[in-house]
Amino acid sequence: MGSNHLILTLEDISFNYSGGPKVLADLDLQLFKGDRIGLMGPNGSGKTTLFQIIMGLLKPSYGSIEIYNTPRKTEKDFIDVRKKIGLLFQDADDQLFSPTVLEDVAFGPLNLGKSRDEALEISLNTLNFLGLSGFEDRITYKLSGGEKKLVSLATVLAMEPEVLLLDEPTSGLDEKTKITLKNVLTRLDLSYIIISHEIDFLADITDHIYTMGNGKILFDQEVHAHQHVHAHPHGAYVHEHK
Amino acid sequence: MFEELANNDSFIHGLDPRGKLIIVFLFSIVVAAADRFQVLLGSLTFGLLIVLTAKVPARELIKRLIPVNMLILFLWLFLPFTFGGETLFFMGPLAVTREGVFYATRISIKSNAMMLMLIALVASTPIFSIGHAMHQLKIPKKIVHLFFFTYRYIHAIYREYLRLKNSIKIRGFIPKTDLHTYKTYAYMVGMLLVRSFDRAHRVHNAMLCRGFKGDLYSLKKFSFKTNDIVSMVFMMVMIVIMGVMEWAQII
Repeated sequence: MGSNHLILTLEDISFNYSGGPKVLADLDLQLFKGDRIGLMGPNGSGKTTLFQIIMGLLKPSYGSIEIYNTPRKTEKDFIDVRKKIGLLFQDADDQLFSPTVLEDVAFGPLNLGKSRDEALEISLNTLNFLGLSGFEDRITYKLSGGEKKLVSLATVLAMEPEVLLLDEPTSGLDEKTKITLKNVLTRLDLSYIIISHEIDFLADITDHIYTMGNGKILFDQEVHAHQHVHAHPHGAYVHEHK
Repeated sequence: MFEELANNDSFIHGLDPRGKLIIVFLFSIVVAAADRFQVLLGSLTFGLLIVLTAKVPARELIKRLIPVNMLILFLWLFLPFTFGGETLFFMGPLAVTREGVFYATRISIKSNAMMLMLIALVASTPIFSIGHAMHQLKIPKKIVHLFFFTYRYIHAIYREYLRLKNSIKIRGFIPKTDLHTYKTYAYMVGMLLVRSFDRAHRVHNAMLCRGFKGDLYSLKKFSFKTNDIVSMVFMMVMIVIMGVMEWAQII
């Protein structure tokens, strides 16, 4: 793949929270257009931290970030990044802050400089796309957990990003909502990285599943076309089938 | 919590929030500055009429007036005794002065008149509209944001509080008058603060990710209709009459 298909490159990224041990250590990652990556790893292995570094919410203590062929260092550099990369937070309550669904979904487009009418149209279309028509005037903090998650996704998609970073999108969702989410992600022509503990979910909608450990991404776990339907004894952790 | 009345329908509900804000502001200034009882009683009556027009249920009205009047009660405990002036009568060794009683009465009337107007405003307008009206009236952005987020996150903090409360309840906590209870409550308040701070941080991050640059845009369009003009003129005339009565000492 040529360099014009390269979306982001992380090189030698290290990060530690003040006074704490290294969460990320010499981490490398490349994301190309069309990549659909699943990311697994134990709690505290730095998955969420990695997302926040890509979005510029945290600054690495060492290493370089290049997104769309531009080095990104300062807060200013990342303003542009956030227009193209959408992050779905782990907790939908963090993401939704407007009183009504419509206002929350329109928040992003309005920030991008769209007119009121354009923002309205985009928002309604996005809600429609996610099967949330009729939710416009619902009060965000009164939605159910699954609805909150889908509305959060709507707020991210309304910005028409090229890349999605989804942080445990299935946590707390029932089977039906999970299937909705799966369908939505399959229909979207986007590159994405998904953090999840559910290997079956990842196997269905990603091409590669990587694991995080020792502050790095371990690239040796390709998704093989292995069909096995069973309650997984290994749960969310790395394992091999021979 | 506060918005439950905003969905009722009355003449006042349909008015432009910008007009309502301006009127409440001017009304409050005149009432705060007024000293004559004729004017103050007039403003109180006026406030009552407005609240009635806004169809605020009596129960809600009283619920909202109680906190203010509790505060005023404290003023009544001190003001009549500490204000210098002509002695009305003695309560034990303490002298109650005429000026002190007048002063306390004025404060009571003023605060209640203003509260009535504010209740009519808040009860008849969704909070978000008030925020946007403030924005359109060119009130500094920071104040509008503060207003808006305070409102939004009172809910979040309240829910956080309920969660914490439940978590101590299911572990058999019964409040008593002892150190254990105080300590538990202190932990709870501390946790609430820390958690709210963290949440605020995460929400801000989420907003940054969606391109927040310090501006909140509104999807609503306000329009000033005939109704608005008529009521605005009427209210202005009333406020001016109150002002004239105060300063020209008419009646």
